[in-house]
Amino acid sequence: MNEKIFRLKTFEKASYCRHFEEEVIKNLKLKNINIPTYVSAGQEFIAASMATICEDLKIKPLIFGQHRCHSIYISFGGDKVKLIDELLGRKTGCTKGMGGSASIASKEINMFGHDGLMGSNGPIGVGACFATNHPTIVFLGDAAAEEDYVLGGLGWASTKNIPLITVVEDNNLSILTEKKVRRNWEMSDVAKSFKMQGYNIDDDPIDLLKYSEIFFKKPCLLNVNTNRIFWHAGAGKDSDDTFDRYEEEKKRLGEDALAIDKKIKEEIKNLWKKQLEK
Amino acid sequence: MEKTVREIIKETSRDHIKKNNSLIFGQCLSAVGWVGGTVPELTEKEGLIELSMADVANGGIVAGAGLSNRRPIYVIRYQGFNWFNASIILNYACKSKEIWNVPCPIFIRGIAMEGSIGPVAGSSQHSIYFKMPGIKIISPMTPNEYLIAYKDFMKNDDVMYVSEHRGSYSNTKELNDHLDDNLDLILFPISITRFEAQKAKIELEKEGYKIGIANILWIKPFLIKKEWEKAVIKSKFGGVVLDDDYTDGVASNLAYQLIKRTKKNFEVMGLKDRSAGFSKTTDNLPPSKEEIIKKCKEIIDKKGKL
Ligand SMILES: Cc1ncc(C[n+]2csc(CCOP(=O)(O)OP(=O)(O)O)c2C)c(N)n1
Repeated sequence: MNEKIFRLKTFEKASYCRHFEEEVIKNLKLKNINIPTYVSAGQEFIAASMATICEDLKIKPLIFGQHRCHSIYISFGGDKVKLIDELLGRKTGCTKGMGGSASIASKEINMFGHDGLMGSNGPIGVGACFATNHPTIVFLGDAAAEEDYVLGGLGWASTKNIPLITVVEDNNLSILTEKKVRRNWEMSDVAKSFKMQGYNIDDDPIDLLKYSEIFFKKPCLLNVNTNRIFWHAGAGKDSDDTFDRYEEEKKRLGEDALAIDKKIKEEIKNLWKKQLEK
Repeated sequence: MEKTVREIIKETSRDHIKKNNSLIFGQCLSAVGWVGGTVPELTEKEGLIELSMADVANGGIVAGAGLSNRRPIYVIRYQGFNWFNASIILNYACKSKEIWNVPCPIFIRGIAMEGSIGPVAGSSQHSIYFKMPGIKIISPMTPNEYLIAYKDFMKNDDVMYVSEHRGSYSNTKELNDHLDDNLDLILFPISITRFEAQKAKIELEKEGYKIGIANILWIKPFLIKKEWEKAVIKSKFGGVVLDDDYTDGVASNLAYQLIKRTKKNFEVMGLKDRSAGFSKTTDNLPPSKEEIIKKCKEIIDKKGKL
C-alpha cells in the first residue's frame, strides 16, 4: 500500500480511538462513568496500524486483547455505541454490562474478552490459533508479557508454527513501575530465543507496515514502544509532556489529517451526547 | 465380554476425535502405557496434541482451543497438577459463556491415584474446581457412568471436570445404591472410596449393622435424589460423606447440603489434614474399608447408647 494512503487510513482509525477516549475522560470526570477505566490514548496507533494492515490483507483475525483495549475494539470495527453503553454499565453494551472497560468482547469482529488476569490472553490466543489455524493477534502490555504462562505459550506457538502475531504494547509501565526495574531483557529477544521472529520497534505506523510481509505466515512478536498519556486507570495524567504520536501524525499529514480530526471529533461527540441523553 | 472403564475411555476418546474433528491435549501422552491405556494411540496429525511442560500456559492453550468449539479433551495425569493447570480454565473457560456468551466446552480428565507418590501427585483434587462457577464436576467409576459423563458433555456446552481414578480403570461392573427405610447409617462415597464403601457395608452387615450406600456420581451440580433424602430421613443416624480429597472442600460442602435438606447428622471422611510422603508410613490415603467400619461403629454405637 502507498505510504501516504496507509498513514491516512491509520490516522482515521486512530482519530476515532483518540476522540472516543477524550469523551471517556470527560465522562469519567463528570462521573457518568463509574467503573475502573483503562484509557488507551497515546497507544492507539498500534491497534490502528494492525487493523489497517489486516484490512489490506483481507484478513479478519481472531483478536485477544487485555484490559487496555478500547483502541483495539474501535480500530477493528467494534460498534462504538455499544462500547459507550458498556462503559455506562447498560444491558445494551457490547458485553451487556459484564465487561466494563477491561473485559469487552465482540463476536462481530472476532474479539474475545479478557478475564482480568494479566497475560492469560497470551496462551488462550495461542490455543485458539492452534485449534482453528486462523490468523490470530494477541495484544499484551509490557508487564503482562512477563507472566510465566505468556512465555510458555509463546514457546509452544513457535514449536507448532501457527499463524500468530503477538503484539506487545510497550508503554514502559506496569501501573507506575518502569520496565528497567522489573527486568533487564526485551521481549523481542525472548521471541528470538524461542526461534520466532521478534522485533523491537516504534509505534510509527510505517514501522508496523514494514513487517506486514511476515504476518500470519509464521508466529512472530512485535514489541512496539509507545506512550500512555493518561493514568493507568482513570482520567488523570502523570506528565504533561508525554510524547503524543497522534499530534505528530496530525502535523505530518497536514490538511488531510486536520479535516479527518475535525470531522471525527464532531461525530464521536454527538454519539456520546445521544447515548447520554437516553 | 464386559468392557472396562479403561476401554470405554479409550474408545470414547477415539470416536470423539474422529467424529467431531476434536483434539486431545496433554503432556507425555504417548509415554509408556498411554496414560494407563486410556488414550488412543494416534498421531498429532490425527489429533493427539503433545503440550510442553508449561502447565499454567497449557491450561490457557486448552481454554483457547475450547473457544474454537472443537470440544477438546484435556488429560491431566495427576490431579495435583491442577494447581497450575486449573487457573486459566477456571477463570476464563468457565466464565466465557456467562460473561461473553461464548461457550468454551472442554472435557478435562483429571486422573487420581495414590500410594507412595508424594505430596502433589496423589489423590483427587476436585475441590480446587468446586467453589467456582461455570463448571460441572463428575466422578465416574463405572463404564456406564463414563458414558453418562461424555454424553452430558456433548449435549451441553459446559466445561466438565471428570475426576477419574486409576483404581477404577479395570472395573467392568456398575455400582448400585443400596437403600431402604430402616437403615442405621448411609454412606455417600465419592470416587475410589465407592469400592471400599461396598466392602465396608458387607462386613458391617455381617455384624448386624444396617448400612446403606448412595453413590455420588455428580459432584457439581450436586442433586440430592428423592430416594436418598427419604432413606436418610428414615435412618437412625444420618450419613457419612467419603472422599478421596481433603475433607475441607467437596466432602464438607456436600455434607452441609445433605444436613440442610434432611436435618440429619452427617460426618465426613477423606484425606487427613497433612501432606503425603513417598512411603507406606507417610502416605495419605482415602478412607479404607477398616477406617470406614470403625467410623460407622463409632457413630452407631455411641449414638445408639444414648
Ligand atoms: C495476574 C495479574 N497480576 C497482576 C494484576 C494487577 N495489574 C493489573 S494491570 C497491571 C499492569 C499491567 O501492565 P501492562 O501489561 O504493561 O499493561 P498496561 O496497563 O501498561 O497497558 C497489573 C500489575 C492483574 N490484573 N493480573
